[in-house]
Amino acid sequence: MANTACFMIVARNDIPIYEAEVGSAAKREDAAQLHQFILHAALDVVQDLAWTTSAMFLKSVDRFNDLVVSVYVTAGHTRLMLLHDSRNEDGIKSFFQEVHELYIKILLNPLYLPGSRITSTHFDTKVRALARKYL
Amino acid sequence: MAPVGPRSGDAIFSSIDRVNAELFTLTYGAIVRQLLTDLEDVDEVNKQLDQMGYNIGIRLIDEFLAKSGVSRCVDFKETAEMIAKVGFKMFLGVTASVSSWDADGTCCSIILEDNPLVDFVELPDTCQGLYYCNVLSGVIRGALEMVSMKTEVTWTRDALRGDDAYELQVKLLKQVAEEYPYKDDE
Repeated sequence: MANTACFMIVARNDIPIYEAEVGSAAKREDAAQLHQFILHAALDVVQDLAWTTSAMFLKSVDRFNDLVVSVYVTAGHTRLMLLHDSRNEDGIKSFFQEVHELYIKILLNPLYLPGSRITSTHFDTKVRALARKYL
Repeated sequence: MAPVGPRSGDAIFSSIDRVNAELFTLTYGAIVRQLLTDLEDVDEVNKQLDQMGYNIGIRLIDEFLAKSGVSRCVDFKETAEMIAKVGFKMFLGVTASVSSWDADGTCCSIILEDNPLVDFVELPDTCQGLYYCNVLSGVIRGALEMVSMKTEVTWTRDALRGDDAYELQVKLLKQVAEEYPYKDDE
């Protein structure tokens, strides 16, 4: 399991709809803001990269000190972004693929409005379990 | 007269036209979603779904009787079995079970283990009072009313609210005698 990791889902209109700190490291007080800031900065890179490849998994697109940003872009241009410090590309890829499946389930829920915040606790527990498994 | 109709709806289910399950689920979801947006009140949506179900039910009963070939049921027990085993199988592709009869045989529970209407659905906090499948209770109420049984149908268990199955309580209020609907001078 990674020491630091922050997972975020960003909707196509650049609004974060889900956020989870999944690292095992003791939290710094400003960690959440710092992580948001780094991920936000990486969005521009993702924008450029997303159209140069047909793959959904963009691998690591940006780095900040020892933290790396890996991104997975779904067909609807929803971005699954992971900030991490481990170098386990296969694990991250599997993590993204499984979260994508979960995200599709959420999206198929007629009572969920696309682009709105994901409040499902079921989704949250599943994502955290996947993070423990793969990262 | 003993009924001569089928004991299960499998044969009819395999012979009638079907639609893709996801299309069906999402279409129903879209209806509920739209009602929630339009009426902005969960209780109103429940009422509206029930009314829609009623309107479906009063038409569906004819289709049911024509295609299934069942004849008159001798008592309410048989009616409930018929709904659960043949009706649900015919139109939803699932089989329900009937239980919890009261002493008079006028009140029972229809239990659905599997419900195709609710695939993918998770109730958000804003819709906690919603009976998502309320259309089903309306269908049963409407259909039974057309065969001269006034019933009251309520949800007693709903898996979307954390229970382990879907349970509809069907209560027979009274049997209406069939009567000639027109007066002579009209």
